[in-house]
Amino acid sequence: MRFALFAGFALGLALFQPAAAADGDPKPLKDVSFSFEGPFGMFNRADLQHGLQVYKEVCSACHSLNRVAFHTLDEPGGPGFTEAQMKAIAAGYHVLAGPNDKGETLDDKGNPLTRAGTPADHFPPPFPNEEAARTANGGALPPDLSLIEKARAGGAHYVYSLLTGFHEAPPAGFKVTANKYYNPYFIGWNISMPPPLADGQVTFVDGAPSKIADEAYAVATFLAWTGEPHLEDRHRIGVGVMIFLIVLSGLLYLSYRKVWKDAH
Amino acid sequence: MSGPSTYVPQSGFTRWLDSRLPLLRFAHDTMLSFPTPRNLNFWYAFGAILTFCLGVQIVTGIVLAMHFTTSAMVGSVPGSSLAFDSVENIMRDVNYGWLLRYIHANGASMFFLAVYIHMFRGLYYGSYKAPREVLWILGVIIYLLMVATAFMGYVLPWGQMSFWAATVITNLFSSLDQISGGLKVGSHIATWLWGDFAVGDATLNRFFSLHYLLPFIIAAVVGLHIWALHVPGNNNPLGIDVKGPQDTLPFHPYYTVKDAFYVALFAILFAALVFFAPDLVGNPDNYIPANPLVTPADIVPEWYLLPFYAMLRSIPQKLVGVLVLGGAILVLAFIPWLDTSRVRSNRFRPLMKQFFWLFVVDCLLLGYCGSQGVDATLVGVPLVWVARLGTIYYYAFFLLIMPLVGIIETPKPLPDGIAKSVLGASAAPAE
Repeated sequence: MRFALFAGFALGLALFQPAAAADGDPKPLKDVSFSFEGPFGMFNRADLQHGLQVYKEVCSACHSLNRVAFHTLDEPGGPGFTEAQMKAIAAGYHVLAGPNDKGETLDDKGNPLTRAGTPADHFPPPFPNEEAARTANGGALPPDLSLIEKARAGGAHYVYSLLTGFHEAPPAGFKVTANKYYNPYFIGWNISMPPPLADGQVTFVDGAPSKIADEAYAVATFLAWTGEPHLEDRHRIGVGVMIFLIVLSGLLYLSYRKVWKDAH
Repeated sequence: MSGPSTYVPQSGFTRWLDSRLPLLRFAHDTMLSFPTPRNLNFWYAFGAILTFCLGVQIVTGIVLAMHFTTSAMVGSVPGSSLAFDSVENIMRDVNYGWLLRYIHANGASMFFLAVYIHMFRGLYYGSYKAPREVLWILGVIIYLLMVATAFMGYVLPWGQMSFWAATVITNLFSSLDQISGGLKVGSHIATWLWGDFAVGDATLNRFFSLHYLLPFIIAAVVGLHIWALHVPGNNNPLGIDVKGPQDTLPFHPYYTVKDAFYVALFAILFAALVFFAPDLVGNPDNYIPANPLVTPADIVPEWYLLPFYAMLRSIPQKLVGVLVLGGAILVLAFIPWLDTSRVRSNRFRPLMKQFFWLFVVDCLLLGYCGSQGVDATLVGVPLVWVARLGTIYYYAFFLLIMPLVGIIETPKPLPDGIAKSVLGASAAPAE
């Protein structure tokens, strides 16, 4: 009886057909594989470093990365920079300096006082506030990227598909809104972000190929790390925990059999 | 079943203590020598598993609270809140904070998975029937407290889904406006719950306070639940009474080792979720900081509340929907008297067994309906109608089928005793 019911239920689910895709429904994400997926997955250091370069040279013009501190760049499980490289990256940014010892927050020309970044600083945002960001971007607010892959279904696959999903011709009859761009992976298909990447737009320091797909793949990897900086720890500890629990269960099962031997 | 104590103090100190505070005697009688039916199967391990879950949630929760900032105010990150930022701080900078948080967040799901199996097991073997009515009702109270605790815990990270879930659920009370004339009783209740005129900082603070309090209330009610269990003793898969010592085994070592084995198996599933799919049951929207000006496209509860959500959503009249939602849980408290059968276990109830499995499927189907968009269909039938039929069957199961089947059904003959039944089944795998 119960099997019949479950079979019936399964059949019901199998017969369920999702409604035909309407205009604006996002396309299924592209099927790429990333090294950090799966229970044993780890980040590819080169991809992380390339991704940081893409973020710095392209994305950071509009998108902040508020939750990422420079000191994480040389920590285990991250892009694997040396301490010196990390400090150089930090020092390459100007961050807001608080009031000086005279209590001034602005310099002689009326600009906010800044200083070179230190390992304790976070990546500084491109705009001082939301209003400035919207004004510079036609009313749209470029989201912070620290958690973008955790905040979107599909994670890295979404970011990769979106970044490589421009340059497709919209289906006949679909009208792209003025000042927006067609991207079939974006909900509603109208995205305010202009196509951010081009072939060869970033020249990777190690001379790795930099087609749009390479750049998107690298930055999708980098943003997976910014969202989940302890992913490698999690996978490594997880494998150990699973082995421990399986051995423990085996021992407990043997104890159980021994204790119950005469009770049946 | 709790007979005379068999505890014998072994040392001078324990003899001294026993005549002043018989704590060790209590522990011995309830946790070691307690006579337990010898035929309890896998499904009876969920009591121990749930105790494990409660312990895990309390321990991880206490440590998380040390690092959590209870504030909806904006901190150093624009567009975010101190609460959201502190959760990200736990994920990034607190040593093994990510592990604590993933255990705690997925622990809620594992807790509900276990409690649903525990409840279905009680339903199947008639564990709510005399003399265990109070035991069952205490269980319903624990479940209600769990729902409240889980909901308030979900609000704390102050993500989009946190904020909007809090808004939707607290607004359910405003449906009372429809029957209170110009008094707007429901709106006043909602305002009182919020501590403000909308969900905000005051709401977050009180939810945190209650989220910290309720688990200890749950622990206390669990104590009563176990006390109420130890008076009549465990039910068992045969649903027949224990007739003598030949039918039972001491809890230790027989059930301590058996429960420990099943807890370890449960922990494997738990760890797989925590380490390899920590965001599987979460909603991506909750990694977006709460924004009162942007409503998410779909506001959906966590999976363990989806069946009730489906019921609520399938009813166009808000107040009726809220009453149906509340009634769906409250009706559980009455089933000891709604079930008219004299036989406890569904093993001997051929008709009721079919309705039981249909009920399990119904709950899964309602959960599925709750997970889908409002316009979805199943084999061409709008899901809202599937949910309506599911709701009708849910209520009919308790209010019609339970009383009627108990009267018209001819149960199979019950076995003479537990020991005899176990001996006859000795060739079968351990049960």
